[in-house]
Amino acid sequence: MELLNAFTLLSNFVLVPAIAYGSQLALGALGITLVFGILRFSNFAHGDTMAFGTMVVILFTWMFQSMGISLGPLPTALLALPIGMVFCAAFVLLSDRVVYKFYRAKKAAPVVYLIASVGVMFVMNGVVRLIIGPDDQRFADGERFIIKARTFKQMTGLNEGLSIKVSQGLTVVTAIIVVAVLFWFLNRTRTGKSMRAYSDNEDLALLSGINPEKVVAVTWILAAFLATIAGTLYGLDKSYKPFTYFQLLLPIFAAAIVGGLGSPLGAITGGFVVAFSEIMITYPYKKFIAYLGPKDWAPEGLLQLLSTDYKFAVSFVILVVVLLIKPTGLFGGTQS
Amino acid sequence: MNRNIVYFAIMAALLIFVGFYQSWNVSLTILNLCLISAIMSLGVNIQWGYAGLFNVGIMGFAALGGLAAVLISVPPVPEAWAVGGMGLLTAAIMGGASVLGAILVYFKMPKGRLRNILVLVICLGGYFLTRKVFGPAGFAIEKVEPAKTGYLGGLGLPILLAWPVGGLLAGGAAWIVGKITLGLRSDYLAIATLGISEIIVAILKHEDWMTRGVKNVNGIPRPVPYEVDLQNSDWFSGWAMSVGGDVTTLSSVVVKLSYAGLFLIVLVAVMYLSEKALKSPWGRMMRAIRDNEVSAAAMGKNITARHLQVFILGSVVVGIAGAMLTTLDGQLTPSAYQPLRFTFLIWVMVIVGGSGNNWGSILGGFLIWFFWIEAETLGRSLMEILTSGLDPTSGLRTHLLNSADHMRLATMGIILLVVMRFSPRGLIPEK
Repeated sequence: MELLNAFTLLSNFVLVPAIAYGSQLALGALGITLVFGILRFSNFAHGDTMAFGTMVVILFTWMFQSMGISLGPLPTALLALPIGMVFCAAFVLLSDRVVYKFYRAKKAAPVVYLIASVGVMFVMNGVVRLIIGPDDQRFADGERFIIKARTFKQMTGLNEGLSIKVSQGLTVVTAIIVVAVLFWFLNRTRTGKSMRAYSDNEDLALLSGINPEKVVAVTWILAAFLATIAGTLYGLDKSYKPFTYFQLLLPIFAAAIVGGLGSPLGAITGGFVVAFSEIMITYPYKKFIAYLGPKDWAPEGLLQLLSTDYKFAVSFVILVVVLLIKPTGLFGGTQS
Repeated sequence: MNRNIVYFAIMAALLIFVGFYQSWNVSLTILNLCLISAIMSLGVNIQWGYAGLFNVGIMGFAALGGLAAVLISVPPVPEAWAVGGMGLLTAAIMGGASVLGAILVYFKMPKGRLRNILVLVICLGGYFLTRKVFGPAGFAIEKVEPAKTGYLGGLGLPILLAWPVGGLLAGGAAWIVGKITLGLRSDYLAIATLGISEIIVAILKHEDWMTRGVKNVNGIPRPVPYEVDLQNSDWFSGWAMSVGGDVTTLSSVVVKLSYAGLFLIVLVAVMYLSEKALKSPWGRMMRAIRDNEVSAAAMGKNITARHLQVFILGSVVVGIAGAMLTTLDGQLTPSAYQPLRFTFLIWVMVIVGGSGNNWGSILGGFLIWFFWIEAETLGRSLMEILTSGLDPTSGLRTHLLNSADHMRLATMGIILLVVMRFSPRGLIPEK
């Protein structure tokens, strides 16, 4: 019984949140890694791309809500998601046309792209703040929980409850579908194969008649789609604030690098590695240990490895360890 | 060179214009921050212009400078030292010992699983033991009159000493980051610096025993006299009489001018040293490495070591500028460290001014800071004009007026992109 209680406690506060957060990070890191694989630079504007796409979703969600359209138990944001994806892709393609294309023609160094992406980040950040403002926005509606902690306690008779939010379930289901579709696209379709060929060896791909502009455009569209989905899921699960999305850059980059920049499978693994470490290290284990220990015994102190104020430090330390031990990442990504 | 003189003349004219049409106080406030910005961009130019290193953590190094200002100049709080000083010192010694122990084991023992396990045990054990001592000590310190102090305070030394110390702190952080990431892909340095700067600012925000966290440290001692003292002194009011100006305004102008003088001394010193370095064999070697790493390596240059050196030097300059900024503000406000203002704005300065040219960095620092400040008022009046056709009570109009500030971000991004594309060498190109 005590063991079950301990396990439920851990599931409720570590396992479930980490799986949801990990899925969100994985989707974000996939976007980074795709852009890196094809265009060979780290896109600093990705966090703000997520913020931009999510902003469009929020605006349309509000519109649907005011029109009285809803999805019943599911959040209305799901209906607005495709519209947000399209808008975001259009914006990102525009930024490619206006900014990056010029440097591609000149075959500029990666660091030039990097700075250009900082410029794009500024613009996106400004646009987002101009339209929706810098404050917290709430747009989640519908049912809140799949399982409530109370119901779970009544069902099982345990002391500890397990609650699963709709947003968490939705995140995991969406992530599985998106990843399945993405891998099908990359491995089975002609365009996907040409993307992988281009990522592996640019010159050889060009010689065999692959149109680089098409590959690049498809990459940007995919990155924008992934960013919007990741951003919306994160916003539903936690809350939407433009600056938080900028700060997500660090865990997302850490996830992509841990897996190996340019490797989609690595990005997913990296997302979960970062999410689980971040939550496991900042979780106070006091109650958990108390269940496992002898009766009426509780450890002093919270048994928290690191305060949540420093959760960024976790991503950073993982990043540093990977850079020290295996700079190419777990799955050995693209080299350039 | 002629064109450059024109640029600086325009800049001076702009500041004088503000002086006449707004007020000399505003103009001097802008000038002081322009000087600090110029020093920061010089530091970034040393990294980017000389060596092509992309540092996205300028905010963190500037924040370390600000921390130095507190640690050096604020008078110590004896009660806090009494309750927690010993504990903190013990914790510091224990932490240091475990890091040292781990490093010793790592390098002295033969490779293998035993060594890795031992390093891990020392690290984790050291971490827990240190925290066991450190936690209560920090807590006790934060309990000492939390509304007034609640922190250890500093050493009570002259604030000017904090400037070089800020440089040292920033240089130390740069050494750690550089040691790990230099020699790998250039993107890794960017991401690692982004990470370290977030962590440094998080520490400043949350370690109340050191910086009072979000309660801010106010009243950091000044290197120049206070306005009130000037106003109350006989010689000053006599002098103000003879000039025929308002004592209050004059006193604040004099204080700002003395700050400007101090900053100018640092700027000239940094500028002189940077130019000397750039024109020396060392500077030519750095540029050779930047332009072609492979051939420079073939000439026997140790690329990673040189990069580390130049990365530390640039960060030191940024740290000094950060300490100067906190000195000017007179308070440390950890929540004021925003990456867009402290990291990316400096980048815009360096690139607009002209990467690789020190004069360009100074011009960029002045120009961009000037427009960053003036855009706030300009943007608002522009919005007023643009929205004047709308109903004054409409929600859209108030929203647009309120968000005029955010236009600055987008404008800075557009300036950066336009300069990179159409004039990639900046206003004053590298020679």
